[in-house]
Amino acid sequence: MRTLVCIKRVPAPGARIVLTDDQQAIDARHLPFTTSPHEECAVEEAVRIKEKHGGTVVVLTLGPPEAEEQLRYALSVGADEAVLLSTDGADWDPQATATALIAKTDELEAAGGGFDLILFGNESADAGGYQVGIRVAHALGRPVVSGIKGIDIEDSALIARRETDAGFEVYRLPMPAVIAVKEGINLPRYPTLPSRLKAKKAEVASFTAVQAPGGLHMLRLVNPPEVASATTILGLGPEAAPAVADLFEELGLM
Amino acid sequence: MSTVLVLVEHQSEVPLETSLQAITLGGMLGEMCSVSVGACQVGGVVRHIEIEHPMLSDYAPEAIAEALNQLIRTESPSAIIAAGTERGNEVMAHVAALLDLPLATNVTEVRPGDGSWGVTRTRWGGSLLEEATLTAPVKLATVAPHVFAAAGASGAAESERFTPELSQSLERTRVVERVTISEGITLTTAPVVVSGGRGVGSPEGFGILEELATLLGGAVGCSRVVTNNGWRAHSDQVGQTGTRVAPNLYVACGISGAIQHWVGMMASKNVLAINNDPEAPMVTKADFAVIGDLHPILEAVVEEVRRRKGG
Repeated sequence: MRTLVCIKRVPAPGARIVLTDDQQAIDARHLPFTTSPHEECAVEEAVRIKEKHGGTVVVLTLGPPEAEEQLRYALSVGADEAVLLSTDGADWDPQATATALIAKTDELEAAGGGFDLILFGNESADAGGYQVGIRVAHALGRPVVSGIKGIDIEDSALIARRETDAGFEVYRLPMPAVIAVKEGINLPRYPTLPSRLKAKKAEVASFTAVQAPGGLHMLRLVNPPEVASATTILGLGPEAAPAVADLFEELGLM
Repeated sequence: MSTVLVLVEHQSEVPLETSLQAITLGGMLGEMCSVSVGACQVGGVVRHIEIEHPMLSDYAPEAIAEALNQLIRTESPSAIIAAGTERGNEVMAHVAALLDLPLATNVTEVRPGDGSWGVTRTRWGGSLLEEATLTAPVKLATVAPHVFAAAGASGAAESERFTPELSQSLERTRVVERVTISEGITLTTAPVVVSGGRGVGSPEGFGILEELATLLGGAVGCSRVVTNNGWRAHSDQVGQTGTRVAPNLYVACGISGAIQHWVGMMASKNVLAINNDPEAPMVTKADFAVIGDLHPILEAVVEEVRRRKGG
């Protein structure tokens, strides 16, 4: 199995998002960065598939040069090769992102062999476009399903499970295929200290990405209006129980 | 005015609430025509098109997108809109990829203009907004849930039929099997969700939350910290990377209220926070709060509810 995983570097905001003065980005000066959660699980899934079926895992990202940090993290939890398509950090629309990833995927396949599986996160934590993986799949002529929380390999097919309200639905994709996964497909491992040190010294292939024009152009980011916060305190400690039960009754829950 | 197609999702021919909200937006943008895969009772629309094909007897995102692609050729719409649900976003992304057109997901506002639209869309699961321009011959957008009022249901239109030509190869991404695990109350349908965070302290600590949920006919949810710690299954997670809920009452026990969690439950009609930190964002944003250690509070609440129910 040769698997490609596409990931994105995102800030990890706490309870409030603060914007830069020009409203073009989140003010991330005091924020840690991480791999977008669904994609962290995509990396873990690729590594588990490799451990079970053999093969290699290549991880690819489009982002600022600092995204090398997320690539090295992926290497520290078991990915074999890392490729950075570096941008100036500006916001790229989903079409432009997909176009750059498609071109690089073609090159990686020409040089190192076709990917049996390409994994994406279902949607990025920040932009939430829900479409880059699907665009890449269409350009490569491969089947794709989103929202997947379970993958098994049977012969040359991928059995993919997606949660529904009442249970799950099953897809059977011929390989090569593209799958967009969701958090919960696994619980990602933490890197060990030796694997961290090894990943620190590993080679990250770096290229400058060329931005194709896209049709969705971001003008500015805006904080939504604050939720009116008139919290009614029902009480302190267990003595509040009757007031809580009153609330349940008022809302017709009892 | 030009045609605007609105893709309506439905369950047993009843349109989803989020799809009725998309119809509301569609009506503001042109001559709205609703579209469904299979029969669906859509009221309050002038035109309705039913897509019919044996391959579409179960969910098949690629095939539905191809059907819409063919419908675009016959209807020449200026826009196609769907609800920003998991399926709505997926199908529209396939349409966008097929046509190589931009797609604006989860829009909260559309400002139609000459050639391009101004749109506002959600980021970070709805905790941040993006203003953007969408430039395309056919505008593709999905509608953020719970922003627009649902369209009225009166005056059902006579359905027109549309049968696309679908290549057998599109079956490759069709659902092949459905497995039902739980019947009855689920996170998304429960009138009350009793949810726990880091403050619950352990997997066993959820016992009292389970008790309260059962008493109220509700479901138990949790925050991302809880699933990351392996205390509960990921299917119980409420949040940006879990399930979105909108119950009558959301009881947040020991949950600080990070954005990741807040966006998963902000559509709840009432929020009750139980937390020992009166300054926690969940407490300051909630409608009601009880301050203190959650376990003794929940035990007292369970006892009180039992007493009143004559237990």
